[in-house]
Amino acid sequence: MHARLLASTVARILGQLRHDRPTVALVLVMPIVLLTLVKYMFEGNDPVFQRATLVMLGIFPFVLMFVVTSIAMLRERSSGTLERLLTTPVGKLDILFGYGLAFAVAATVQGAVATGLAYWLLGLETAGPVGLVVLIAVANAVLGVALGLLCSSFARTEFQAVQFMPAVAFPQLLLCGLFVPREEMAGWLQAISTVLPLSYSVEALLEVGANTDPTGLMWRDLGIVVACVAGALVLGGLTLRRRSA
Amino acid sequence: MDAAIEIAGLVVDRGGRRVLHGLDLTAATGAVIGVLGPSGSGKTTMLRSVVGVQRVRAGTVTVLGHPAGSRPLRSRIGYMTQAPSIYGDLTVIENVRYFASLYRLGTSAVAEAIDAVGLADHAQRVTRTLSGGQHSRASLACAIVARPDLLVLDEPTVGQDPLLRDELWAYFHDLAAGGTTILVSSHVMDEANRCDELVLIREGVLLHTGTPAGLKAEAGCADLDEAFLTLVRRNEAA
Ligand SMILES: Nc1ncnc2c1ncn2[C@@H]1O[C@H](COP(=O)(O)OP(=O)(O)OP(=O)(O)O)[C@@H](O)[C@H]1O
Ligand SMILES: [Mg+2]
Repeated sequence: MHARLLASTVARILGQLRHDRPTVALVLVMPIVLLTLVKYMFEGNDPVFQRATLVMLGIFPFVLMFVVTSIAMLRERSSGTLERLLTTPVGKLDILFGYGLAFAVAATVQGAVATGLAYWLLGLETAGPVGLVVLIAVANAVLGVALGLLCSSFARTEFQAVQFMPAVAFPQLLLCGLFVPREEMAGWLQAISTVLPLSYSVEALLEVGANTDPTGLMWRDLGIVVACVAGALVLGGLTLRRRSA
Repeated sequence: MDAAIEIAGLVVDRGGRRVLHGLDLTAATGAVIGVLGPSGSGKTTMLRSVVGVQRVRAGTVTVLGHPAGSRPLRSRIGYMTQAPSIYGDLTVIENVRYFASLYRLGTSAVAEAIDAVGLADHAQRVTRTLSGGQHSRASLACAIVARPDLLVLDEPTVGQDPLLRDELWAYFHDLAAGGTTILVSSHVMDEANRCDELVLIREGVLLHTGTPAGLKAEAGCADLDEAFLTLVRRNEAA
């Protein structure tokens, strides 16, 4: 990896995002709309609203970045730009971490906007600081990016890439503790949910919700998420082949 | 003069079929080398082998003294793929700037490359909105901006008008005069006349290498198209 090549690549990906107004609008506005929906769905049941909103602040960035990244990377492959890049001094890790960093920047903006709205307009309250909620949301976004990069190497068309959404994201959504707290799940479901990274980011968010100071469990969970990101990026690097048939 | 490209016994299989059947080739530094042959003959496959993105079955490809695709080469070659490969959602200048930055080059190289392909007036346009010919010239600009020692161009002049084609070929020769080796594929014979060296391939087999004049002399005709056909027939009869 090389700082200058990485920086150029981040700037290029952010430039592409800047030209893509509809995606920017989707990424920024969609969480706000959905959070508002949740607010009115659970009107009168504040504890459920609090929990659902907090968990969703972590899930949006994951899902959105997963989809956006897997399609962006697939385009990079199908347009031939990836093959061309691999003949230049840029390294595989510059490309993968370039995506990770660029979308982390985008996710920070998204996380700040959505979290701000949740606190000041919708009445979300957490015992712990807002900053930690945004931090965990960004870690989730980067997890989405890393898994999206990895999955895109198994898709040949954008149509197939979109199908990874239900395959990879939905099980994590169902089992991460958003709908049913993990402790209340059947044993085998709990076991599955234990190996899914999103379960840890949800747990970390709930820790921030319940404790004034960051807990050891929260840092451990965040560490697990970051380790999954690194693992997925390295696996993604292994699937990037300079030579093809 | 040292050889810029040395290919020995190159065998490539694609999609379960043999596409290149043991190609041998030596190309001199600072020459414009044309790779010609019918559609599907293996031109793109050969170029991909030279830039190091083609998986090869057997043989060696040595470029500027290094194995094709090895790290020291990556800052020294520029590659233009046959289908334009640039970012459709970026402007021409943003695309060229990105590729320039990968080779530690800046503003002046970017302006020069865009100028060379005649897109100075369209530099701020998003490449998705360009015409087919403009799009492929933007892709060409991203290859030449590298100011590489070896420029590998896969059908760079397809879809360009005669005037532009003429200007591009003049530009290629300027680069070659400055020491750049240019490996360029084409299936237009009138372009073959402008190459220093020709490589004719057909169905993955080398048919002939030599100067355009040498090719015409060997086939005994004044026209390259005809010379090519003559060689093909002679080859089939043999
Ligand atoms: N991705 C691929 N998978 C399988 N076979 C391929 C692939 N690409 C090309 N081929 C086959 O390899 C052979 C050589 O193709 P290549 O693209 O090198 O030809 P070409 O000379 O560049 O043709 P053209 O002038 O049409 O660009 C053809 O028979 C083609 O069908
Ligand atoms: Mg071709």
